[in-house]
Amino acid sequence: MTEVLLVLGLPLIGAVLLAASGDRPWAAEANTAVALSTLLAAVALTARVITLGPLVTMGELFFVDAFNVFLVTLTAFVGFTTAVFSRIYMRVEQDRGKLSPKRLRLYHGMYQLFMFTMLLALLTNNVGILWVAMEAATLATVLLVSLYRTPASIEAAWKYFILCGVGIAQALFGTILLYLAAERVLGSGGSALLWTHLNDVKGQLEPTVLAIAFVFLLVGYGTKVGLVPLHNWLPDAHAEGPTPISAVLSGLLLNVALYAVVRNKVLVDAALGTHAAGTLMMGFGLLSVIVAALFLSRQKDIKRLFAYSSIEHMGIATFAFGMGGAVASFAGLLHMTAHSLTKSAIFFAVGHAAQKTGTQIIDDIRGLIHVSPAVGWGLMIGGIAILGIPPFGVFASEFLILTTAMKDHPWATPILLLGLALAFASIFSRLQAMVLGESTAERLPHPPALFPVFVHLLIVLLLGLWIPPYLANWYRQAAAMIG
Amino acid sequence: MSAVTQVVNLLAAILLLIAFAMLAQRRLLRLIHLFALQGGVLSLNTFVVAAALSQPHLYFSAVLTFVLKVLVLPWILMRLIERLDLKRDVETLINIPTITLIGIVLVIVAFNLALPISQLAGTITRGTLGIAMASVLISFLMMITRRKAVAQVIGFLAMENGLFFAATSATYGMPMVVELGIALDVLVGTFIFGIFFFHIRETFDSLDIHHLEKLKDRQ
Repeated sequence: MTEVLLVLGLPLIGAVLLAASGDRPWAAEANTAVALSTLLAAVALTARVITLGPLVTMGELFFVDAFNVFLVTLTAFVGFTTAVFSRIYMRVEQDRGKLSPKRLRLYHGMYQLFMFTMLLALLTNNVGILWVAMEAATLATVLLVSLYRTPASIEAAWKYFILCGVGIAQALFGTILLYLAAERVLGSGGSALLWTHLNDVKGQLEPTVLAIAFVFLLVGYGTKVGLVPLHNWLPDAHAEGPTPISAVLSGLLLNVALYAVVRNKVLVDAALGTHAAGTLMMGFGLLSVIVAALFLSRQKDIKRLFAYSSIEHMGIATFAFGMGGAVASFAGLLHMTAHSLTKSAIFFAVGHAAQKTGTQIIDDIRGLIHVSPAVGWGLMIGGIAILGIPPFGVFASEFLILTTAMKDHPWATPILLLGLALAFASIFSRLQAMVLGESTAERLPHPPALFPVFVHLLIVLLLGLWIPPYLANWYRQAAAMIG
Repeated sequence: MSAVTQVVNLLAAILLLIAFAMLAQRRLLRLIHLFALQGGVLSLNTFVVAAALSQPHLYFSAVLTFVLKVLVLPWILMRLIERLDLKRDVETLINIPTITLIGIVLVIVAFNLALPISQLAGTITRGTLGIAMASVLISFLMMITRRKAVAQVIGFLAMENGLFFAATSATYGMPMVVELGIALDVLVGTFIFGIFFFHIRETFDSLDIHHLEKLKDRQ
């Protein structure tokens, strides 16, 4: 219980403190310190779950099981490494006059608030609060997307706000319908929205209502996952916001939204007794993979390029959960983890590269390796990892997903392969030119923070070679629950 | 049909009328008045259901709705349009007859969609679920057709009103903690929208949305 309170309380207190003093010279260090202590609390929580097993705590308000425990740690970890990266990155932005102290204060406060909403969404046992936290996450990040106040960034933030707001309203309607069905079995009152209770009676929930509810939930949370055709906000928000925000949007927000979809799918599957929900998810997933792959080749902006790559990878994970079964769900969880780590590492490297060259246009970024071998190599290795080349973790999960698809849904395999091949062609050729080639980059006033990039990539490499037994165990348990 | 059901149905019908009135209203100031009226009817509806069933948490919910949607949000919106000097703002580019016709189609769709669900709901208010869904869809239509940022946001808030109404008709409202959370989100969201209007105005000198449509994968 203490651990859960710490994991949620630290970022919340941090948000309040940094909202008051986020413009001080030490604010970036304070931000990192809060993120580090949140990470330590999350590690303590994980250690507890490893020794004592899943727990439900505080009058069933919060719960930790195999599915959310690793996501909590992952969220806290990426939150910390992004804070480390943003310390240097934002300092350079400030030196270049892109940010006033007031906006930096807003940035630090909202960053911690965003971490709080993500962790709350993961830890809450109440699917209503899950919705509230997801909406709050949008509210916390919208002013961060428009932090630079350029016309493009304001437009991106407005789009993000309106599209995600409308999307998430659909999810609220889905949650209301879920409550309607649950109330008939569990009686009215607070406990009818508790996931642990719903999970106990999921077979008795009214199938018609849940089928309609799932459509709304998938469309609603799917907007935040960035599933095609609901993805329009995603490339803009990633490209126009500050890079640390692109990293946490891609690495954390999309994951947590997918988590919300999968939690609800577990209930709907049992109530319907058919594969309808899974088929719907497979459809959305495949469409996202193929559309994102087609758009990848047309991108001129490096952050938009990797934003479309995020859509593609969330499509792959959604497809995996849609297929269901022990192997596919295992692979889906692994893919969420590996993508989150790799993509945030890429955004860290991209951020430094864009600062060095003073542009986000791919054609103007050349020869990174000559100026800063570490940034160049970071971007290259990250790119190779995200393209699913062995021995990285993304390869392992994509391999599992492809082989399962070949066995269970052979028709889908060529579509997936085509998507992966297109992504490979469009990303790899550009990486080469950006990393090698003639250099145009300049020196930066502060040396880049590259430790997060390589730590992430090292973990992804490890995940490809060897998954720690307890993690594999959680994946297996969660996969069994997801079905 | 009991008296309570009749009152509830009457209030629901008024809500649907308000939804159409909002769809067709060109003046921003009137739009805010209609939004406040919608909140008032919603609060009254919750109050009637609460009295009929003597459900304490519904009384609370009725009071919360009244404070938030009749007093606080309209007040914020009024202050905003005053500060932004939009009091006389009129939306000219909307084709009201066509939009109203589409609205009628949406009502039919909503009733068909609500039919299987309302048959399963055990509430005395279940007959109004179709109207609740129609209000949600009409507010959505309003968001799509408006070109001004403030009107879009009012459409967004009206959509949330429709969802709240749906929750009351289908289940007598969500659990207290969730309702409070939603209210907090709506309040904070409105504040952020407000801050945003100033940013948009500062950058583009107008609150017309067409300035915000340039980012379509510009090559």
